Amino acid sequence: MSALYTESVASLRRKLAAKEITAVDVADQLLARIEQADGKLNAYNFKPDAAKVRAAAQAADLSKPLGGVPIAIKDVINVQGDPCTCSSKILQGYTAPYDATVIKKLREAGAVLVGRTNMDEFAMGSSTENSSWGVTRNPWDTDRIPGGSSGGSAAVVGGHEAFAALGSDTGGSIRQPAALCGCVGLKPTYGRVSRYGLVAFASSLDQIGPFTKTVEDAALLMEVISGHDPKDNTSVNRPVPKYTDALKQDLRGMKLGVPKEYFISGIDPEVEAATKAAIEHFAKQGAEIVDISLPHTEYACAVYYIIAPAEASANLARFEGVRYGNRVKNPKDILDLYRSTREQGFGPEVKRRIILGTYVLSSGYYDAYYNRAQKVRQLIKRDFEQAFTKCDAILTPTSPTAAFKVGEKTSDPLQMYLADIFTIAVNLAGVCGISIPCGFTKSKLPIGLQIIGAQWGEENVLRAAHGYEQTTEWHKEVPQI
Amino acid sequence: MAEYEAVIGLEVHVQLKTNTKMFCSCKNEFGGAPNSHVCPVCLGMPGVLPTPNEEAIIKTILTGEMLECQIAPRCKFDRKNYFYPDMPKNYQISQYDEPLCANGAVTLNLLAFPKDVQNDPKVAFDKKIRLERIHLEEDVAKSFHYETASGIDFNRAGTPLMEIVSKADIATPEEAFAYLTALKQILIYGGVSDADMEKGQMRCDVNVSIRPKGQKEYGTKVEIKNLNSISAVRKSLHYEILRQTADVEAGVPIIQQTRRWDDGRGETFMMRTKEKAHDYRYFPDPDLLPLNTEEGLHQTAKSRLPELPAAKKSRLVAAYAVTEYQASVLASEVALANYFEKAAATAKNKSAVANFLLNDYFATGGDIENIPVNPEFFSELSNLVEEGKINTKQAKEVFPKMVAENKAPSVLVKELGLSQITDTAALEALCDQAIAANPRSVADFKAGKTNAVNALKGQVMKLSKGQANPQVVGDILLKKLSA
Repeated sequence: MSALYTESVASLRRKLAAKEITAVDVADQLLARIEQADGKLNAYNFKPDAAKVRAAAQAADLSKPLGGVPIAIKDVINVQGDPCTCSSKILQGYTAPYDATVIKKLREAGAVLVGRTNMDEFAMGSSTENSSWGVTRNPWDTDRIPGGSSGGSAAVVGGHEAFAALGSDTGGSIRQPAALCGCVGLKPTYGRVSRYGLVAFASSLDQIGPFTKTVEDAALLMEVISGHDPKDNTSVNRPVPKYTDALKQDLRGMKLGVPKEYFISGIDPEVEAATKAAIEHFAKQGAEIVDISLPHTEYACAVYYIIAPAEASANLARFEGVRYGNRVKNPKDILDLYRSTREQGFGPEVKRRIILGTYVLSSGYYDAYYNRAQKVRQLIKRDFEQAFTKCDAILTPTSPTAAFKVGEKTSDPLQMYLADIFTIAVNLAGVCGISIPCGFTKSKLPIGLQIIGAQWGEENVLRAAHGYEQTTEWHKEVPQI
Repeated sequence: MAEYEAVIGLEVHVQLKTNTKMFCSCKNEFGGAPNSHVCPVCLGMPGVLPTPNEEAIIKTILTGEMLECQIAPRCKFDRKNYFYPDMPKNYQISQYDEPLCANGAVTLNLLAFPKDVQNDPKVAFDKKIRLERIHLEEDVAKSFHYETASGIDFNRAGTPLMEIVSKADIATPEEAFAYLTALKQILIYGGVSDADMEKGQMRCDVNVSIRPKGQKEYGTKVEIKNLNSISAVRKSLHYEILRQTADVEAGVPIIQQTRRWDDGRGETFMMRTKEKAHDYRYFPDPDLLPLNTEEGLHQTAKSRLPELPAAKKSRLVAAYAVTEYQASVLASEVALANYFEKAAATAKNKSAVANFLLNDYFATGGDIENIPVNPEFFSELSNLVEEGKINTKQAKEVFPKMVAENKAPSVLVKELGLSQITDTAALEALCDQAIAANPRSVADFKAGKTNAVNALKGQVMKLSKGQANPQVVGDILLKKLSA
């Protein structure tokens, strides 16, 4: 029998229901696994408190949809009474005074919250190297990065230090690390999951989503965390489907689009080969493959690096040491308090984006940058709307490369920004997307396949992903740590 | 020496009267222990999101309707970025290029002007001051500075705040005074705010410049802050216009600046110069979806449109036969007009009720909010006079007791033994007595001094201890003297 910590959520649920195991067994095994593995991965900013987790497991209501299931949380989501550092020095000492809506929903569903996972500071980055807690290592090769910004959540699920985790995705921050760590990561449609309690990076792009070991688990978590929230004006009042029902249909009759713009020079040959093989696999399973075009794809990165920093420059203005978090000692005056606290509290990438965002919103530049970017964003959105008149979902690579080495791209921010080239447009368009394992490189690094769905197209995405997963073996591989 | 004229524009911030704050469910309440009406949202904690208060949007649209504005078909919010400790997020949610209300006007009226100019023939009392815009935003917290530290009270942070910006149509300190008074009156009429300047519910920033009469270009404008009452606005403008005129006359150029009014010293002091405009980097708030106002919100606001002061005045004149002046005073305060309508409901002479209320009641030093008297008593009292049961002098005796004890006038008349003598036989006897005792007055009358009858009338009133009906006494005396 394989170790309990490698189980999926669905399988844990079945074993718990059959009383083969108890929630405390699950907690104990997981805690032991974290003790064994996290020293190598550094994926948790705050490892779970053993006594608290055991007590929560003991008290868990197993009749609930996630009863007794431990779930890890990215360190950017507020959990009442816990720290929430966003992997930034500026939030050291901050204790969340409230629960994010997704946390409330997880608690109501009986989940046991375990630990806070590492990330790029304020979710800005693609490697989890921009963290005040040090870099997280890829479970498949600890010399390599796990992707980012939700690298900690991807590493704990890919490295079986958690059964599932929540992350956030602004330009690929769930899908890209999921691809690099060999797990499933879903970015829901904008407005599907409440953002209340998620420390905002770019409000018009951010969504919370699940990291899981299987597509079925992603569907299970989506059923719990989705839904309208009166506290989030941008969450949409629309019934939540039973996502697990979508998994009952196989791939026959599905129309899947392949956009020519996503197979460009610069894409790693192994990634390209694995993606093409996956597309063929879909065809063999009875899906119809159609050629589509997303003509404005090439502008997505530029648009993103105007809109996201613009919003971030305002969202991060509240971190100045007046009300919470770190504050410099003995400032000369209020201006010095602001300047020194932010100078010492923020890392270089965060500062870079605040400066960039401040610049593009400045009077005289607003129309040339921010306004124009918003117009192009509309064109990108329209691309997807048109594409989805021809297909049910779109297949692309998730990341142009597999996991790169720690330090490999830190000196060149532009190279780092290109890590999200295939995921960014999904956020700009507000549609949904998933990354699932679709192969390995020769050096045994996971490769991810991105399946993009229309607005509210999660059921199609889950159906396609599940159909692929059930007829392949990639997701069953476990890394040796 | 050239003659100068002032160009004045006002920016008025008005806190809206709503149950909760603009973007969270904290109580919107003045006072309370520091930081007792706060939550993660209005404290700007990490991860919180704003949810708009529809009641505040409706009240802003209602204000726009009352002030003849154009109402925007959609409501969009923007972020105004600047760092200040009383600003929890270091950006303020406001409205930039799409204010809820545009244009519109405040029409001044005689009574809105300071009393000392209400008879000045040079003043245009019914001038229209045009508005630029009205937008909705959130109020900031309040800072307190101590010897070695500062404290911030976030109770006020997030209060719905309306900014009403006038065009530079105001030419004198008195017009500024009248503008604020008339505006306040309308805000209270619509129930959108209590507009109490002392409580900071209405706050005013003034922009003023001067230019030689006849010149088209504006002079350099100066902003005045810390104006805590409408009369402070007037006083500060008088001071500032004189100061600027003196400077210009002396050849000292005016620099664009913000000045602080010191009410105790009656002077303005320079706070800071405005060398360059602050770049607030406005952009649409991505946390708030644009809201369609055309259907629901605008309709609700319209359905709450009250009768406005000018219309109320005309109706009072037509329906109650009060004088124009009485109607203006009554209509100047919605509570007063409402009380009057109840007080005059069953009165035969409604103008008399207006007199009792406006002259006699206010002479007691009372105010309309706390008037302790059952309004029906006003009708009853004026009807007793009208029906000749008591005379006006007796009514004046009844009135203070009616106010002090909230007792029915009919009861008081009995208690005071005041019923008027209208019995002709009894009065004739008293008249005979007076004629007999005052032969000189009789002689005067016969000699053609008809006024002499008044002296006799006085005697009869005295003999009756003031209870005789003076009208009847006069008639009897004339009959007897002319016989």
